Amino acid sequence: MKKTVLSGNEAFARAAYEAGVAVASAYPGTPSTEILENITQYERIDASWAPNEKVALEVGIGSSMGGARTIVTMKHVGVNVAADPLFTFSYTGVRGGFVLVVADDPEMHSSQDEQDSRHYARFAKVPMFEPADSQEALDFTRLAFDVSEKFDAPIMLRSTTRISHSKSVVETGEPLETLPETGLQRDPGKFVMLPGNARVRHPIVEQRLLDMADWACDQGFNRVEKVGGKIGIITAGVAYQYAREVFPDADILKLGLVFPLPKQMILDFAANYDTIYVIEELDPFIEEQVKAMGIDCIGKEKVPICGELSPGRLRKAFGLEGAANTEVAPVQEALPPRPPNMCPGCPHRGVFHGLNRLKAYVTGDIGCYTLGFMPPLSAMDTCICMGASIGNATGLSKVLDDEERKKVVAVIGDSTFLHTGINGLMDMVYNKSTATVIILDNSTTGMTGRQDNPSTGYALDGTGAPQVDLEAICRALGVKHVETLDPYEMDNTRERLKAAMERPEVSVIITRRPCVLVKHDMFQRKAPLYVDNEKCTGCKACLSIGCPAIEWNPNEGKRGVAKVDRMLCTGCGICEQLCKFDAFGVCDE
Amino acid sequence: MSDKCSISDKGGVTNILMAGVGGQGTLLASEILSEVLMQGGYDVKKAEVHGMAQRGGSVVSHVRFGPKVYSSIIPEGDADVLFGFELLETYRYLSLVKKSGTVIVNNLRIAPPSVALGVAEYPEDIESKLGDYVDNVRVVNGLELAEQAGNPRTVNTVLLGALSRTLAPSHEQWVAAIKALVPERFLEVNLNAFELGRKVD
Repeated sequence: MKKTVLSGNEAFARAAYEAGVAVASAYPGTPSTEILENITQYERIDASWAPNEKVALEVGIGSSMGGARTIVTMKHVGVNVAADPLFTFSYTGVRGGFVLVVADDPEMHSSQDEQDSRHYARFAKVPMFEPADSQEALDFTRLAFDVSEKFDAPIMLRSTTRISHSKSVVETGEPLETLPETGLQRDPGKFVMLPGNARVRHPIVEQRLLDMADWACDQGFNRVEKVGGKIGIITAGVAYQYAREVFPDADILKLGLVFPLPKQMILDFAANYDTIYVIEELDPFIEEQVKAMGIDCIGKEKVPICGELSPGRLRKAFGLEGAANTEVAPVQEALPPRPPNMCPGCPHRGVFHGLNRLKAYVTGDIGCYTLGFMPPLSAMDTCICMGASIGNATGLSKVLDDEERKKVVAVIGDSTFLHTGINGLMDMVYNKSTATVIILDNSTTGMTGRQDNPSTGYALDGTGAPQVDLEAICRALGVKHVETLDPYEMDNTRERLKAAMERPEVSVIITRRPCVLVKHDMFQRKAPLYVDNEKCTGCKACLSIGCPAIEWNPNEGKRGVAKVDRMLCTGCGICEQLCKFDAFGVCDE
Repeated sequence: MSDKCSISDKGGVTNILMAGVGGQGTLLASEILSEVLMQGGYDVKKAEVHGMAQRGGSVVSHVRFGPKVYSSIIPEGDADVLFGFELLETYRYLSLVKKSGTVIVNNLRIAPPSVALGVAEYPEDIESKLGDYVDNVRVVNGLELAEQAGNPRTVNTVLLGALSRTLAPSHEQWVAAIKALVPERFLEVNLNAFELGRKVD
């Protein structure tokens, strides 16, 4: 046993290793991404990026069928994509122990919604543990593999941003020395979910949940903390930490297994108190079940349903004073916000500048390029979910007149296109739409931290991999007009885009330039630029691309000048192409 | 130093809020800080967010330590130290720090988008505004010292050096944590940076 500081994600990865996992699969998604990245340090685990969460889960089901202990990880919205196999996997059960870690994002730090994955556990009838810190992330994950095999069920682990990305002290355990044996084992009654077989499995699933609800009443992961309090609190996950901090004098039933709930344990606990609080993040998942047990409790009447909790928000919700002796600095002047922005040299920037100038109606998608929404680029009109841009464009085109139809452009990244964009493009061609699609190919999955995907030529472990040919895929889907451009060439990009928008047929434009942060040394930084103050007229044309390396300096020249930050500039030259006065020069290096 | 005692000897939880701009190296600094505190025998928790929030945006890291820490998030008005890598981002989180607390701030100004575009102004005199509320404010010329150490990218380690004197762990423990977490080829320059920061008054 060794004491170390681990993030929740590092602890999930460590637990997979200790539990003897042989296969790990995932699609990157904040806040879950680092689990698989950390798993790569354990050589005995075959870890890989799948093109989407459904495939990741199907790969995981296969390896469990082969007898291997398996872990699959994704963010909350990834479960929407993986829901189809998940629901049936619940019926088949496992062979090798199986754990699905799903990381929710209350507060939407990096997500498009804050759905509560606990509903999936109940919906799919899959048991779910919820750790409250990194130690529990490790302990519960290890335990979940045993529970999975004991009850013949896939097990879900619910994390949240504050578990996945918080660090705390962990005592690690000893890894299993030998992995479970793998090999073919036919069991069609269990694994072929034709109606006749599924009808046999469903009652087994229902009985499994009843058995677990009894069994969970005297297991250590559900525990009562008695301090002689007058109030009883039922809580789980990170909300436990906030409840413990804000209510040091309350007794707490801290749940480790959030589905199925240990009914008798809850009834016994609740019988001791006149007042019961249920404190949980997002939806009243525990609260509604507790109320259905006939227990009078206070939950979402006070605790916010939107956003993440914190000790401060909990105190406010219950009308408590601030932490002892707190005094808060008075409200300051309105400060200029600092939202996220595309990096200096980002290959997407020029494309969005062009879309803005062409007044395109842009159906957007999920990735760094969603930041094309932000001013001054302001060139994104919709963003729903992974892969939605193309289908959205098809649907819009159906209801617009010929002039408006030309304006519709779908914008999608390389990784997102391979995730769930391909089907949309297939439909767009098959059903004779006329919209334009831009695939922003920056050779990486950027927003989640530069992961490889099937079009980059590299696998998760950094070794070379077969590379998807994006142009050939588009042609195979029936797109007649496929062209590839360098997005650093602003005029050409805008001209080709204009031609594609005019064309009454589907066109795909692939803008190809590696991400400035990409691994594998693909990005070549050039000498930074500078502004010649004599030539700069202060027209601000270069500011219209919103590059973090260019700052307005109102104190120089007749009416101010642009200034380039040498440390940030990558020499991409986009700004230079917008300058009509030849004011940009290249620094000597 | 008087504030050293107030921070480390009270028996409860001590809170350090780190604030900066994505890309400034706050993450590595908070890693080293957590490591040294764990080695010092404390329970430690640290919270931050990755992903979209990181792209050049405002970045915060909460570090809490003591005999037993529950929440990883620092309540408003309860930070003992506000540890800022950039002036505006430090000022933005003033509501989290105690009046009797300490601000250690890097003397650096990075224009947010609206200022870079010339449509908003960068707030003036942030150092004195911080001092109007918080009892102890220490301004560090991080970039100057980092350049002196041999690499402008070691600002984060300079700042850690400045912070280190307010905390209980020994000089040796800090050096050990830096050695454990900084890659070999950048180690020497980071150790230089740490020492220069530690000397700041």
